[in-house]
Amino acid sequence: MDVSTTPAAGLLSTSWHWFVFAGTLISLLLIFWLLYANRKTSDNKTTGHVWDGIEELDTPLPMWWSGMFILSIIFSLFYLLFYGGLGNFGGILNWSSTGEHDQQQIAHEQRFAPMYAELAALDLEAMQANPVAMQVGRRLFINNCSTCHGVSAQGTFGYPNLTDDEWIWGRSLSAITTSIEQGRTGVMPAWGPALGDDGVTNVSHHVLRLAGQPHDVEKADAGQGQYQTICVSCHGVEGKGNPVLGAPDLTNNIWLYGGSLEEISFTVRNGRTGNMPPHEALLGKDKVRLLAAYIESLSQ
Amino acid sequence: MSDEPDYDLGVVRYFALATVLWGVVGMGVGLLIAGQLAWPALNFDLPWLSYGRLRPLHTNAVIFAFGGCALMCSALYVVQRTCRTALFSSKLAWFVFWGWQAVILSAAITLPLGITSSKEYAELEWPIDILIAIVWVSFGVVFFGTLAKRKIDHIYVANWFFGALIIGVAILHIFNSLAIPVSLTKSYSVYSGSVDAMVQWWYGHNAVGFFLTAGFLGIMYYFVPKQAGRPVYSYRLSIVHFWTLIAIYVWAGPHHLHYTSLPDWAQSLGMIMSLVLLAPSWGGMINGVMTLSGAWDKLRTDPIIKFLIVSISFYGMSTFEGPMMSIKTINALSHNTDWTVGHVHSGALGWVAMVSMGALYHLVPLLYGRRAGDMYSIRLVNLHFWLATIGTVIYIASMWVNGLLQGLMWRATTVDGTLTYSFAESVDASYPGYYARFVGGAIFFLGMCIMAYNVYMTTRGAHREESQAPATPLLKPGQQVEGAANAT
Repeated sequence: MDVSTTPAAGLLSTSWHWFVFAGTLISLLLIFWLLYANRKTSDNKTTGHVWDGIEELDTPLPMWWSGMFILSIIFSLFYLLFYGGLGNFGGILNWSSTGEHDQQQIAHEQRFAPMYAELAALDLEAMQANPVAMQVGRRLFINNCSTCHGVSAQGTFGYPNLTDDEWIWGRSLSAITTSIEQGRTGVMPAWGPALGDDGVTNVSHHVLRLAGQPHDVEKADAGQGQYQTICVSCHGVEGKGNPVLGAPDLTNNIWLYGGSLEEISFTVRNGRTGNMPPHEALLGKDKVRLLAAYIESLSQ
Repeated sequence: MSDEPDYDLGVVRYFALATVLWGVVGMGVGLLIAGQLAWPALNFDLPWLSYGRLRPLHTNAVIFAFGGCALMCSALYVVQRTCRTALFSSKLAWFVFWGWQAVILSAAITLPLGITSSKEYAELEWPIDILIAIVWVSFGVVFFGTLAKRKIDHIYVANWFFGALIIGVAILHIFNSLAIPVSLTKSYSVYSGSVDAMVQWWYGHNAVGFFLTAGFLGIMYYFVPKQAGRPVYSYRLSIVHFWTLIAIYVWAGPHHLHYTSLPDWAQSLGMIMSLVLLAPSWGGMINGVMTLSGAWDKLRTDPIIKFLIVSISFYGMSTFEGPMMSIKTINALSHNTDWTVGHVHSGALGWVAMVSMGALYHLVPLLYGRRAGDMYSIRLVNLHFWLATIGTVIYIASMWVNGLLQGLMWRATTVDGTLTYSFAESVDASYPGYYARFVGGAIFFLGMCIMAYNVYMTTRGAHREESQAPATPLLKPGQQVEGAANAT
């Protein structure tokens, strides 16, 4: 196809446009003709044909039925005139489904934005002390966050529990706000190739010791050295983690990907990638701030 | 009428029995998956029995196995009787029978194994698609070949509808199934994006239009006047509603894709053509119901007439509901809810299944050398009628309630503009409807099992000892029936 005749996105080429335009109107016209051509019947009671004993009466078309048929076509012509549908002819109202959606969204914003702005202007304590703000925050949470974090915010495998006191990316209002607005990508690299099978097991036993869990002392001792060369850069010497990097605290027996020896070994060997998607464009600053205040209040 | 040609009834007989068999199987699978939605444990943690694999098995079994056999059975019977000639080729007809059973069997194996093209109502993979095309075209050759050697000048209206069914479905099936195979069990559609979606629903909606509507109108146009012993109400009406029905149905597919990335013009055109479709659809209803005028008294005594008249009523109701649901504003509420499921089943149970049952109760005794409608037990036919009617009503009512409930819960907002309910809450609220649907489906399925028993006993030449309801007319001898005087 010649580039100059390529239609803009969502539009038909000229020939297809006229095919739809003329095809539709001619079809509707043919229906009118068919109804018109069959308006009269013969004077005979039946058509005179007999098939396997079945005869046919030559009853005229019921008036109410023909009327309903014609009315539905007239309605359709008006609909096409006002709302479009004949190819690229968009209708005299210039209606489009995306346009209608945008209008509804603007109306929604205008109606509710002032209420969100008013609540979000409060500081953290004031928001958390305001029952309306917390109720709004809870509804926002259920609408937007509960799919992954659960209705009760307790998370599940791979999705952090928001009600405990571990904050992988920090607990301050600004840190939570950033998590929601920009999203977060937590990457634990795969250390299997570097550590080997024994190394993975030893480091995992050391991690269990950091968390105060039952472990094999010999293996943990063997793993400690490797921990101090490989893991320490993110999780720290004492295993307290680093919220700047999103490296979890390993000492509190709270586990995002499971705390059994097998699960820890799997994490060490294969790595993990966690992804919290960004929500700023979806929610806007005020809703994010209310959400952040609500989520902060959940922490025990 | 003594010089009756030697009709080919063997293949018709087989198709009739296959219809009953696949009816029991297909509806049984439907009952199981209705149960799975109410009690998920019924998946038994087996991939082959999971809802996602059995649902297409259910739809394929009831539409193409049960419905397909009913259509082939009646088309091959009606075309012979109304053309006063035997089939064009008996051998080819037998190939159609066994070929179609092979299609059904391969569907029953591949779908539970998870082999699917993922196109709704066209899930079967490309080797089976090719077999379907070959068998279907052979069906067309037998049918049109028989029409060509007819001994009667004019072609009866039922045959117009069967012909439209054969040509329409051939085109729909072949073009929607065009795909590039990557292995014996996997292929990819040649279409992509919204074009693929549009082709799929051009097919999907016209599977309803040509398979489940036109074909079964063919059944209605022969068996209603036969069973009622009345002439067809209006020849003019049959011409106008036939041509407009097949001309308009092919435009209506986009209403399955409202508020999607399908361009607005196609959505709008699909919606208005769906509205215009109301009158052609009702043309068939009027012709069916009014053919019975003058024989209304038979509604009291003849359960086969009851099947036929109630099926036409459900047809009229669901062809009103369909155009209504295609209106964008209403579709915004109904789309993706159980309302759609209810709508489909008011057509599938109320219309397609019940008109087929009525036709089979008329036909099966004839195929076994008895009088039309002379089943093993008329009382069981009557019992089946009530089970089918009550089952259908419970089914569709529960899905209406669920559909409205889901649509309203999904769009409910609170004072701050957030959604009132999470999705899971709407699922939770749907459970009563799922239980009721299971009950309705179980009642309908029970009726189908009774039919299978009744048909089996009829084929064995048995008669059940029962006091028939006396067929006394409402009027005294000599008194005229009002409708009859006008109609004849």
